[in-house]
Amino acid sequence: MDQNSFLFQATVFLAAAVIMVPLAKRVGLGSVLGYLLAGIAIGPAVLGLVGDESQDIMHFAEFGVVMMLFIIGLELEPSLLWKLRKPIVLLGGLQVLVSSIVIGALALAFGLHWKQSLAMGMMLSLSSTAIVLQSLNEKGLMKTDAGQSSFAVLLFQDMAVIPMLALFPLLAVNGDAHTNGHNNHTETWVSHLPGWAQTLVLLGAVAAIVIAGRYLVRPLLRTIAKARLREVFTATALLLVTGITVLMIQVGLSPALGTFLAGVVLANSEHKHELESDIEPFKGLLLGLFFIAVGASIDFTLLAAQPGLIAGLVVALMAVKFLVLYFLGRFFKMGWDQNMLFAMALCQVGEFAFVLFSFSQQGGILPRSITDVMVAVVAISMALTPLVLLLNERVIMPRFGQCKVAMPPSREPDAIEEDNPVIIAGFGHFGNTIGRFLRAHKIGTTILDIDSDRVDFLRRMGFKVYYGDASRYDLLRAAGADKAKIIIIALEPAEKRLELIETIKKHFPHLRMLVRATNRYDAYDLMNAGMLHVYRETIDTSLRVGIDVMKLLGYRAYTAQRAARTFLKYDESKLKQLAAIRDKEEYIVAARSYIEELECLLQADSTGDGFRVDTGWDEESLIAEVRAREAAHNSPDHS
Amino acid sequence: MSRILILFAHPVLEKSRVQSRLVAHTQHLEGVTFHDLYEAYPDFDIDVKKEQQLLLEHDIIIWQHPFYWYSCPAIIKQWLDLVLEHGWAYGSKGKMLTGKWAFNVITTGGAAKAYSPSGHNRFTIRQLLAPFDQTAYLCNMQYLPPFAIMGTHRLNTADIELHAVQYEQLLVALHNDRISEAEWKSVTYLNDLIPLPQSVMD
Repeated sequence: MDQNSFLFQATVFLAAAVIMVPLAKRVGLGSVLGYLLAGIAIGPAVLGLVGDESQDIMHFAEFGVVMMLFIIGLELEPSLLWKLRKPIVLLGGLQVLVSSIVIGALALAFGLHWKQSLAMGMMLSLSSTAIVLQSLNEKGLMKTDAGQSSFAVLLFQDMAVIPMLALFPLLAVNGDAHTNGHNNHTETWVSHLPGWAQTLVLLGAVAAIVIAGRYLVRPLLRTIAKARLREVFTATALLLVTGITVLMIQVGLSPALGTFLAGVVLANSEHKHELESDIEPFKGLLLGLFFIAVGASIDFTLLAAQPGLIAGLVVALMAVKFLVLYFLGRFFKMGWDQNMLFAMALCQVGEFAFVLFSFSQQGGILPRSITDVMVAVVAISMALTPLVLLLNERVIMPRFGQCKVAMPPSREPDAIEEDNPVIIAGFGHFGNTIGRFLRAHKIGTTILDIDSDRVDFLRRMGFKVYYGDASRYDLLRAAGADKAKIIIIALEPAEKRLELIETIKKHFPHLRMLVRATNRYDAYDLMNAGMLHVYRETIDTSLRVGIDVMKLLGYRAYTAQRAARTFLKYDESKLKQLAAIRDKEEYIVAARSYIEELECLLQADSTGDGFRVDTGWDEESLIAEVRAREAAHNSPDHS
Repeated sequence: MSRILILFAHPVLEKSRVQSRLVAHTQHLEGVTFHDLYEAYPDFDIDVKKEQQLLLEHDIIIWQHPFYWYSCPAIIKQWLDLVLEHGWAYGSKGKMLTGKWAFNVITTGGAAKAYSPSGHNRFTIRQLLAPFDQTAYLCNMQYLPPFAIMGTHRLNTADIELHAVQYEQLLVALHNDRISEAEWKSVTYLNDLIPLPQSVMD
């Protein structure tokens, strides 16, 4: 690929993304579908701007998935991972096992050799980490039961790929076995070692990541951060990811798994946010590129040649996967709505199937005629996922869900539906305290929440709850936003809050907004979005701890209380000042400036500039005056 | 034996010279409950039920505080407003405090002479304490003369200590019912019942 064609390609890809993604988002289709559509548009079927190279690009862009898992790892502390161990092993294990068997059996029924069927079953049992996590994240569903379960299953699948890769050479049908030599996936440092040694190396690599992550990478990051060279830190972050990827490939482990592990190890590090914000744009772009490549790789000529076969395979495959997931969900006692979401989200075939297909073709497991059709099937199933999720959200849930968007008709049909003055968007830990408090004082509140299990429960408790994405206009309208006076924006994802704010500004300008902010930076963004009532999650609690510390050290309760109040007021005013500066200069990415700003805050604190000390009760100046007068008159009686 | 409740208020006790010594002398006295309002309610959220219960458990109520702007610090006002409920402390059915004794223990920066028609504070302490006097009256309590330490700006450590001992003696005497109604009615300040050497009184 020469320079010119590279730049041309980059331009095509970027332009497609820039045009299609905002369009797709605007009509509510989500960014993943936008990228896929962009891919289809520039692919051979429509504009024909890219052709065969989309497969290569896909392999390259899979690196985005590796980065995504690194970031997910960063956000997932080891303790949380430990909590997920049961769903990962049981739910994930059963999903891979049952799906492989069912799909394999079907393939066998269609007349494939048992080895081919087994390979097919294993490949098709996997789901797409990239599409599922990106879609669920965008909808703010990662924290729900379905989100967590999906994540657990995907994580297990990532691990399952390793034994699958090991097993594949044994499945070659034509016996002559294009052994390892031909395939770059197995030509590694360890491929010539005996099995036990390979296992040892494998475990060693995992241990190396954990130990190096803790004792090597952290000090390294600290040193580099001190150098204050932004791009070097970014380079280090990238190096970390690519380095692990290379190591993992060499020892025959999944790179995604390796970086995920590294992410978890670094989750408690002080540089977590910097790493995250550095990798984030790369990850986003590569994932986008990946989705575009998937869209572009859909072979429409093949599709046109055998439309019935391919459509049938796609439907059958997704139906089978859906049913397996659905029954597993039932078995694991998921609520109906969550179960639907879980099964719908994971019913496509994942990107790893592309790798495994080319591998199995080269390895002589499956003939080209089959793999070509299957690649098309996989790509289409991936492309359909956002649509399936949309269908679930807009059509199935509102009609059949236990948490319908519309309220069930009120018991007395002619009773006037009460118009609650307050709407709470997001009823997690933050929202529910407010809700309980208002309810205790009989202040009518309507709740919007996206966790269907919680919605279910709250309905049973007699709350008026609407299920769905609070930033959607129709949901807000249904919840009575045009008649309410106040909306409390307590959603967890910061972007969702901003989205909701925009919707309200546009459609319900009379609503007063009280917004939760995760931290200072979030508060800046909200203030710059014009919010007057911004509530940082932790400031009051932290100051209460401060008060108690002072009290335990023997300070008077009232003094401690006033000190905290003063500090809060001072901090709020400082926040406003800095928000204004930030708005004007739009400087630096949030995480980067944290230390610098803290430094500036601490300096201001220590000069006491801005603290008003109460002098009303002070007698010192008065005493001094009395004594001075006494001295002057030399007579104590004049006071 | 009378049980004594001291309702104490000082927003910055850590800076106090006189009140802190008075407080020190109340701490281990038998029959005296010391109740620090600013410490108990830094947020001014007074627990009315608890306060009323305390009142019921005592016979003599003391408001001990610096004499800020000819009156009490804010929390005592808050306490009066919330705790002395109609129908409980006063009114045709509010008889819960009947017969109890109440008085103020105050410290003033200005000297005794200043609190007179000819002094620069123009009014006497008794006149300025009229709101407490009347409050006690409305709640069917007997209002005693104040225990006042005046001219605190000029007091030295030794004299402050003597006043604190004087206060302690007063509390012991009251607890043991050594002060009769006739006696307290005969004095302007309770201090006069436990005289200090003339040199302390300037």
